[in-house]
Amino acid sequence: MIYLDANATEPLRPAARDALIAALAVTGNPSSVHGAGRAARRILEEARETLARRFGGRAGEIVFTAGGTEADALAVHGLGQGRRIIIGATEHEAIRAAAPDAQVVPVDRQGRVDLDRLGALLAMGPALVCLMHANNETGALHPIAEAAALCRAHGALLHVDAVQSAGRIGASLTGLGAHSLALSSHKMGGPAGAGALLLSPDAAAVFAPLIRGGGQERGRRGGTHATAVIAGFAAAAEGCATTIDLAGLRDRAEQAAMQAGGAAIMAGTDRLPNTAAITLPGVPAETQVIALDLAGIAVSAGAACSSGKVARSHVLDAMGLEAAAGQTIRVSLAWNTTQADIAAFADAYRAVAARLLRRNA
Amino acid sequence: MRIVVAMSGGVDSSTVAGLLHEQGHEVIGVTLQLYDHGAAVSRKGACCAGQDIHDARRVADHIGIAHYVIDAEARFREAVMKDFADSYAAGETPVPCVRCNQSVKFTDLLALTADLGASHMATGHYVQRVDGPDGAELHRAVDPQRDQSWFLFATTQSQLDRSLFPLGGMPDKATVRAHAQRLGIQVADKADSQDICFVPSGSYADVVAKLRPDAAVPGEIVSESGQVLAVHDGIARYTVGQAKRLGLATHDGEQRRVVLALDPATRRVVVGPKREGTTTVRLREMNWLVPPATRRCTVKLRAREVPHGAVVSAEGVVTLDAPALPAPGQACVLYDGSRVLGGGFISA
Repeated sequence: MIYLDANATEPLRPAARDALIAALAVTGNPSSVHGAGRAARRILEEARETLARRFGGRAGEIVFTAGGTEADALAVHGLGQGRRIIIGATEHEAIRAAAPDAQVVPVDRQGRVDLDRLGALLAMGPALVCLMHANNETGALHPIAEAAALCRAHGALLHVDAVQSAGRIGASLTGLGAHSLALSSHKMGGPAGAGALLLSPDAAAVFAPLIRGGGQERGRRGGTHATAVIAGFAAAAEGCATTIDLAGLRDRAEQAAMQAGGAAIMAGTDRLPNTAAITLPGVPAETQVIALDLAGIAVSAGAACSSGKVARSHVLDAMGLEAAAGQTIRVSLAWNTTQADIAAFADAYRAVAARLLRRNA
Repeated sequence: MRIVVAMSGGVDSSTVAGLLHEQGHEVIGVTLQLYDHGAAVSRKGACCAGQDIHDARRVADHIGIAHYVIDAEARFREAVMKDFADSYAAGETPVPCVRCNQSVKFTDLLALTADLGASHMATGHYVQRVDGPDGAELHRAVDPQRDQSWFLFATTQSQLDRSLFPLGGMPDKATVRAHAQRLGIQVADKADSQDICFVPSGSYADVVAKLRPDAAVPGEIVSESGQVLAVHDGIARYTVGQAKRLGLATHDGEQRRVVLALDPATRRVVVGPKREGTTTVRLREMNWLVPPATRRCTVKLRAREVPHGAVVSAEGVVTLDAPALPAPGQACVLYDGSRVLGGGFISA
């Protein structure tokens, strides 16, 4: 099988696997007083320092969570008290579901948030703005620096969901000028089950916890740490600093698809190097995904429900794609995708597209 | 062969998938999500997928075949649920399972079958496909208790040519369950599904009322001469021949009244003594699985009834040997022995 669905989850990096397995052998609760506890605590704090070094901010203001979704929900809850929530139209469900009453800022055809509309909403009073750095379905990048400047000018807080960008392009709390940043271990080649919310000093000062429990994470997130998973998370964060540039391979995949009748709708835009959105006109996206799976290629479309059905993409709808929104697949290259993988994808796509276009002509 | 199996999550289609896989075919399991389960059972926060979808996936995983869930909600709502409500609102008695077979299953799923490069689609229906000199023929199931041929009369010849019904030749359900046991299929003991799938609570009138509120508006129950006998709470609750829910109009002296006709324009339910019935039945949307011609045949006007002797014309006018009470909207299926010749929907 050729795995081209890295935006769903990246393959585990060997260094992350090694760190995870090594840490599993350490018995001890990081909150315990004794030596065993201190050994676990050391793993945890080293991981915290690694993340701070890689993604900005202070180690003491990193809150470990169970994943990206929790980090996003925690940001909305922890920083949204007494503020209106403003989100982009293409945000992940992690944000949309956490802020069901949010004001929604539209995006343009390239998936970038409308800064004029954002500015107008910010003028209405205290707010928490939630924007994703890179979109999970298209790889589109929001103009975060400009949005951050607007937020600063209006005294608003800015939460950035960097789950897809961290490890693939430069993404840091301080570099982006955000008040908080959500990260996910398995989207950078670590094990699933850990994430983090990085807080700026301003944000840390006003943060309201959701789960208090035993007071872990300086009272910001209770519950015993998944120490081994966090060790793997940190190793992946370290490892993805040396990721090869995937843009060349991605462009080759898009060219092959276009020669076979597909349309690479994000080509030429500012976006993640590993992500392609490809429309096959007239063919439902779920049919394309299934046909490619049967041909040994793993890609995705829209948002998968727990039933496994492919729901229509709110992201592509928000970008104004209309019918094409239901006919577009996501091809997302993994850190270890090779030229041979892309060649195999090109062959399979050609065969599948030829059959589907003939049938649906 | 690469074969798509329509898997509902029940024992029948699960067994079909298992048997075809056992025979060495490349089997692809597909489950249709037809409606939002959470909304159907009116439980907020319930998953959109019912237990059946999870069962289908578990069975496919056990057998070791690929399995996909297809979102057919929009199409099902339009082609089946809306038609169901519209039909009741028009004073008819619909057969949603036939509409579902016609649209979602034997049109859309067969299209997907071709898209996926598969030669055939197999289902768990109890009917037999017999390969005759002029292509595939549709026959009753071997087990008369299970026969579903009445629900599949609208399958076209080209759809039939690409369909497989491996359970049609099974002597009885116990044999199917035994195969399921032998194949280690976990749903082997699962109860048979009942009634209409998108009416989980059993109150179809509530579903109709939601989609067509006008069909739930109260009206009068009248005699054939127009005398008002009682009131009703929506014509959607009545079908021709029905003797229940007539309230004060239930009896005419010693005699029981039944529904004779439904008039959606005046929202009137017309009742009277049970009639002898009619011998002429006009059919619409005819589907022929043999060349259309005036033919002697047997017909079934309901899913479960003893066939009537009849003559049918090429235009779909049925002349019954003896009078019967056909309900508009129901199917009239034509048989020659075990073979389905075609059929149509009964016109008012």
